[in-house]
Amino acid sequence: MKSSVLRLALATVAAFCTSGIASAAWEPVRPVEFIIPAGTGGGADQMARTIQGIVTKHSLMKQPMVVINKSGGAGGEGFLDVKSSAGNPHKIIITLSNLFTTPLATGIPFNWKDLTPVAMLALDEFVLWVNAEKPYQNVKDYIDAVKKAPPGTIKMGGTGSKQEDQIITVAIEKATGTKFTYIPYKGGGEVAVQLVGNHVDSSVNNPIEAVAQWRGGKLRPLCVFDGKQMAYGDPIADGKGWKDIPTCKSQGLDMEYLMLRGIFMSPKATKDQVDYYIDLFKKVRATPEWQDFMKSGAFNTTFMTGDEYAKWVEGEEKRHQVLMKEAGFLAGN
Amino acid sequence: MEELVNLFHGFAVALQPFNIMVMVLGIVLGVIIGVLPGLGGANGVAILLPLTFSMPPTSAIIMLSCIYWGALFGGAITSILFNIPGEPWSVATTFDGYPMAQQGKAGEALTAAFTSSFVGALFAVIMITLVAPLVASFALQFGPAEKFAVYFLAFCSFVGLSKEPPFKTIAAMMMGFALAAVGLDSITGQLRLTFGFTELLNGFDFLIAVIGLFGIGEILLTMEEGLSFRGGKAKINLRVVMETWKGLPKYWMTSLRSCIIGCWMGITPAGATPASFMSYGIAKRVSKNGKNFGKGEIEGVVAPETAAHAAGTAALLPMLSLGVPGSPTAAVLLGGLLIWGLQPGPMLFVEQKEFVWGLIASMYLGNLFGLIIVLTCVPIFAAILRVPFSIIAPLILVLCAIGAYSVHSSTFDVMLMLGFGVIGYLLKKCNYPLAPLVLAIVLGDKAEEAFRQSLLGSQGSLGIFFSNPLVSTIMVLGLIALFWSAIQEVITRLRGTRTAAA
Repeated sequence: MKSSVLRLALATVAAFCTSGIASAAWEPVRPVEFIIPAGTGGGADQMARTIQGIVTKHSLMKQPMVVINKSGGAGGEGFLDVKSSAGNPHKIIITLSNLFTTPLATGIPFNWKDLTPVAMLALDEFVLWVNAEKPYQNVKDYIDAVKKAPPGTIKMGGTGSKQEDQIITVAIEKATGTKFTYIPYKGGGEVAVQLVGNHVDSSVNNPIEAVAQWRGGKLRPLCVFDGKQMAYGDPIADGKGWKDIPTCKSQGLDMEYLMLRGIFMSPKATKDQVDYYIDLFKKVRATPEWQDFMKSGAFNTTFMTGDEYAKWVEGEEKRHQVLMKEAGFLAGN
Repeated sequence: MEELVNLFHGFAVALQPFNIMVMVLGIVLGVIIGVLPGLGGANGVAILLPLTFSMPPTSAIIMLSCIYWGALFGGAITSILFNIPGEPWSVATTFDGYPMAQQGKAGEALTAAFTSSFVGALFAVIMITLVAPLVASFALQFGPAEKFAVYFLAFCSFVGLSKEPPFKTIAAMMMGFALAAVGLDSITGQLRLTFGFTELLNGFDFLIAVIGLFGIGEILLTMEEGLSFRGGKAKINLRVVMETWKGLPKYWMTSLRSCIIGCWMGITPAGATPASFMSYGIAKRVSKNGKNFGKGEIEGVVAPETAAHAAGTAALLPMLSLGVPGSPTAAVLLGGLLIWGLQPGPMLFVEQKEFVWGLIASMYLGNLFGLIIVLTCVPIFAAILRVPFSIIAPLILVLCAIGAYSVHSSTFDVMLMLGFGVIGYLLKKCNYPLAPLVLAIVLGDKAEEAFRQSLLGSQGSLGIFFSNPLVSTIMVLGLIALFWSAIQEVITRLRGTRTAAA
């Protein structure tokens, strides 16, 4: 007992010394909790678990990384958990657009500024999909058909309510003067299958949610809600790849929307601690597993840290405020 | 024929020594996960997912799916011995399994449960082997209206089951619906009934409610009734397995019906929980021994276990062929597939033959190994009841607390579980049935969501529930189940007048 106490004391002293030499770089001393403000099996969950797998496989961290889903209240549970862990550098969270939409739509006491921004890992694309059996070959065909049908009889399926999918739907309505009936589902995979089964007429699924059905010849992509075409040229179906999907803007549908896949950590983190995680995610991004994952989901691989990242998030927040206000999605409406 | 060749190739893959090893390891881990209430198959698989990252994909999915089988087997153990369902789909198993254990027939109940699980899984795997593509297209026909019809049928086939007064049943069910409504309303994106408490954002998790209502409630009751387990005289040798097996073939009709219900629920995808409830409800109506259900009837163990396992297995089919998980655990497995670079969907069966058929072969072998492992352990499990209550009760309490905590890693849930325990005790004392309450908590919000999605799509017209042959048939079946006792009475009266006339 005595000797173990002694050894511990020695080890602590040694640790202080070495860390002093190594320019006082911070390192986790306990397992790191990686919070997902979404359910198991979704896009954020897949990304977080991929990261966990990469970190474990390549031993990028001395302490283990524990992934925890806190999906209650459209992710509010997860955000509030991290918000209340000020000064605990062993807690990080992956975000999606619910970083903005959940507090705006539900009024829970949370704002992204409560957290410490770490890094943007990637941006997730949105694509307008229709069933491949339908005659619509391009955006114009489809929008014309929506205009011809009685208002509200064309159904758009999407993930969640008052979240990104519905925001895009409202923006399409505004841009084209049409009216959809938006039907919320629990997950993106379910939406894609409902579209295959013709229970809805279109969706704005992320690439990774619908790629299997595209390859199977069940769905057809019409356009991507990004300023430029996606970068991945490998053929997926009928000799076409992600690169061949035109931008919505070029098709007369002036709307851009990308979803943040970024990392935040608990409030009051020091610069050392943030730098540690930035460095960790830089290492993750360099692995072949990560690059495969980016390719399979046709992600936009923009990477940002520091002020640039915070500024980007701030701009997005303002944009969401405007979009959600226009759509009448703000809490209390 | 090509399927069979592929399958045998699959067996060759699954029978490699390394794969057999991960299979056995997976089953044992799964049983442990299934026994711990709250940990659950989905959490268990999610926690162990990164461990498999360095294995070849086929071995990894074999291990993870074996954890899943193990959890399905393990869920029955605590349900039968302590009236604590380790998994949602084991709730219906407690109705007759626990009374059997109290009568000293724990060994019989466990054997029946494990064997039925195996039969259900085997049926589902054979179905997957033979008719996978056909079944996948059937699943595509299920939109919101069809899903609501399935939930409606599940509720209807369960209403009027309990011996308690119908108004108490309805009161319990309404309480369940109210609890299920707490949290985020998925249709409008607004919070409901949280009263500003951030702890309630998540709503009332089914597992917390069940662990409290059943587990803690039961311990409170036992304390009142003299601090001892009934059923300590359970036979604890392997002969009980053989003896039970002799009696099981009698129930082939129940098994077959439960298999079909299970497969259907697994594919649609409604999941193992409604399957087990529905199967139990229908068995109770149809069986000759229906009156004894709830008092320790072995058929009441066979029906839900067969259906739950058939559904759990069949749930993997829509995941592989459509990329839509039929259960939360399947959802985590789906994430795993994507991480290994396998794209589930219509092309998986064409492009990744070795993987798909290796997995299917491992379903056969995994369940067989699982059955052997759990059956040989039956005497050990049954012997637990001989441990004095004063020693085992604190252990159960600790297990329940860990289970409740691990659902969302929140201490608030542990308090909630204790609260539910007191409520469960009071409800039992006042003869309110717990099963309808539990059913409403599990399926209430899903049924509501499907109902409102349907009405959104139909612009508010109820006609959507009778708009095509599929949905109409299910709705009519539900209505028949709801008014079954009235219909039965009319039939017997008609018969009576006819015989009187003759």
